[in-house]
Amino acid sequence: METTAKKFNVPLLLIEVIVILLGLLFLVPFYFLLANSVKSYSEILSDSAALPSALQWSNYAEAWKATNFPRAFLNSFIITVISNILLAFLCSMCAYKMVRNNSLYNRVLYIALVAAMVIPFQSIMIPLVQVVSGLGVMDSTAGLILAYLGFGAPMTVFLFHGFVKSVPLDIEEASRVDGSSPYGTFFRIVLPLMQPIIVTVIILNTLWIWNDYLMPSLILQDPVLRTIPIATYSFFGQYTKQWDLALPGLVLGITPVVIFFLVMQKYIIEGIAQGSVKG
Amino acid sequence: MDHRKRSRLMQQFIFVGPTSLFFFIIVLIPFFLGLYYSFTSWNGISRHVEWTGLRNYLHIFTKDPSFLNSFWFTAKFTIFGLVLTNLLGFTLAYVLTRKLFTRNVLRTVFFVPHVIGGLLLGFIWQFIFVRGFSSIGQATGWSFFNLPWLGTGGTAFWAIVIVFVWQNAGYLMVIYISAINNVPQSLIEASKVDGAGRFQALRHVTLPLVMPAVTVCLFLSISWSFKLFDLNLSLTKGGPFKATESVALNIYNEAYTISRFGMGSAKAMVFFVIVALISLLQVRATKKREVEL
Repeated sequence: METTAKKFNVPLLLIEVIVILLGLLFLVPFYFLLANSVKSYSEILSDSAALPSALQWSNYAEAWKATNFPRAFLNSFIITVISNILLAFLCSMCAYKMVRNNSLYNRVLYIALVAAMVIPFQSIMIPLVQVVSGLGVMDSTAGLILAYLGFGAPMTVFLFHGFVKSVPLDIEEASRVDGSSPYGTFFRIVLPLMQPIIVTVIILNTLWIWNDYLMPSLILQDPVLRTIPIATYSFFGQYTKQWDLALPGLVLGITPVVIFFLVMQKYIIEGIAQGSVKG
Repeated sequence: MDHRKRSRLMQQFIFVGPTSLFFFIIVLIPFFLGLYYSFTSWNGISRHVEWTGLRNYLHIFTKDPSFLNSFWFTAKFTIFGLVLTNLLGFTLAYVLTRKLFTRNVLRTVFFVPHVIGGLLLGFIWQFIFVRGFSSIGQATGWSFFNLPWLGTGGTAFWAIVIVFVWQNAGYLMVIYISAINNVPQSLIEASKVDGAGRFQALRHVTLPLVMPAVTVCLFLSISWSFKLFDLNLSLTKGGPFKATESVALNIYNEAYTISRFGMGSAKAMVFFVIVALISLLQVRATKKREVEL
């Protein structure tokens, strides 16, 4: 009863108005981006704050072609999806065994993984390129995925590790008694229980891998293999200050991940909160 | 007996093997290779790698103003980035856990910049600083918008801070919201019965109970700002005149622009030690302030 009365008090309404204004301020960059992406070049220069006088959709058609957008999108998509599936799959198995089998190797590996979480990518990038080319997977999607598996492993294992510790042993023992193999126990009993943390891991890794620029820029050279951030970067280098092309290119670049966010919003917000508790 | 032992080894191999392998190849081997190169004058191409001992490290600290400059830039940036993103993130969370009509929409609005990668955000804001701000400046006459935002070292610093806060405050907000929601309402009520005002309840009940979230958020914001790269590259490229070059960008330029891989590796090692040290100190310091219910 008290809460409904509180709902309509003046200070709260005032706060609401202030946050709404702040929210609008947060959206202003998107207004500039969208409004100017459909203006002609001269109109952008004369007044970038005004609404477009006529919608020049041809900007988008040109940017679509110049960035080879479908190709870049497909590359980003494939790399993100495969890296995610493998990271979630392999790291959940690894973390599970590390919790259940407290051997010396597993303890040392765990310490190494946790310590590695503070290694900045710049600290390993120079020899990494050498190692990747030594393996003969330089300039390939496979090489990039391999790099994500290795560099993503510490954080991913860490999140799974924290979760597995809270999974009770009783259920596993029961399944053993019923004659299930260790593998059957993991895949049929433990893995389904890990669903919440799998969602978290996938969300965090998706945001990271989809938006990453440096790793693909070092490993990929072939323009055909470009991911969205690299395509955008080279596009910008070519069309510096040609805003009528650059802005629609940027809109195309951000659209997939914004849609992904709006669709998955509930899981993303929960996943981040969940991940931070364990992190 | 032997069969069981073999089956256990097999399990260990299948469960832990692949992740171990990838971790060794991608993280550990390059890390130790990098440590080795940091004592050499390798240029990244030549087969001959000359051992130079501590010369790179001495050079970095005595004869390389660009590294020290990038270090001061990064340190300053980290302080402002850390304080502002956490203050804004916490304030937003505190406000958006109250009964507002629009709170769900607003949570989405404040979070959405974070899902877009730093590289694209930098380009978007480059347009806003170069064209958007001057248009607003012309319309309103406010000198704030007529500043040469990316043109001078001082203003470009703040330009990056603004974009960084805009990008990351919403993420910290999400973490703070979940922490504030976990504070038992009964404790807040009890403190009010004892005569505490809203501010006192926040200061003495909510804040101590959300300290674990503070630890996480400080850790995240320190590591984001210390590793600043994408946003820096696309927004200012470190300019004007290297005034806004972050350590990460400095290392990248050392290695890939002027091809001094040995020197770059030494810088990378110094960078690693500093990041590791700061992260450890911060986590230890804030962990002490966490209270158990």
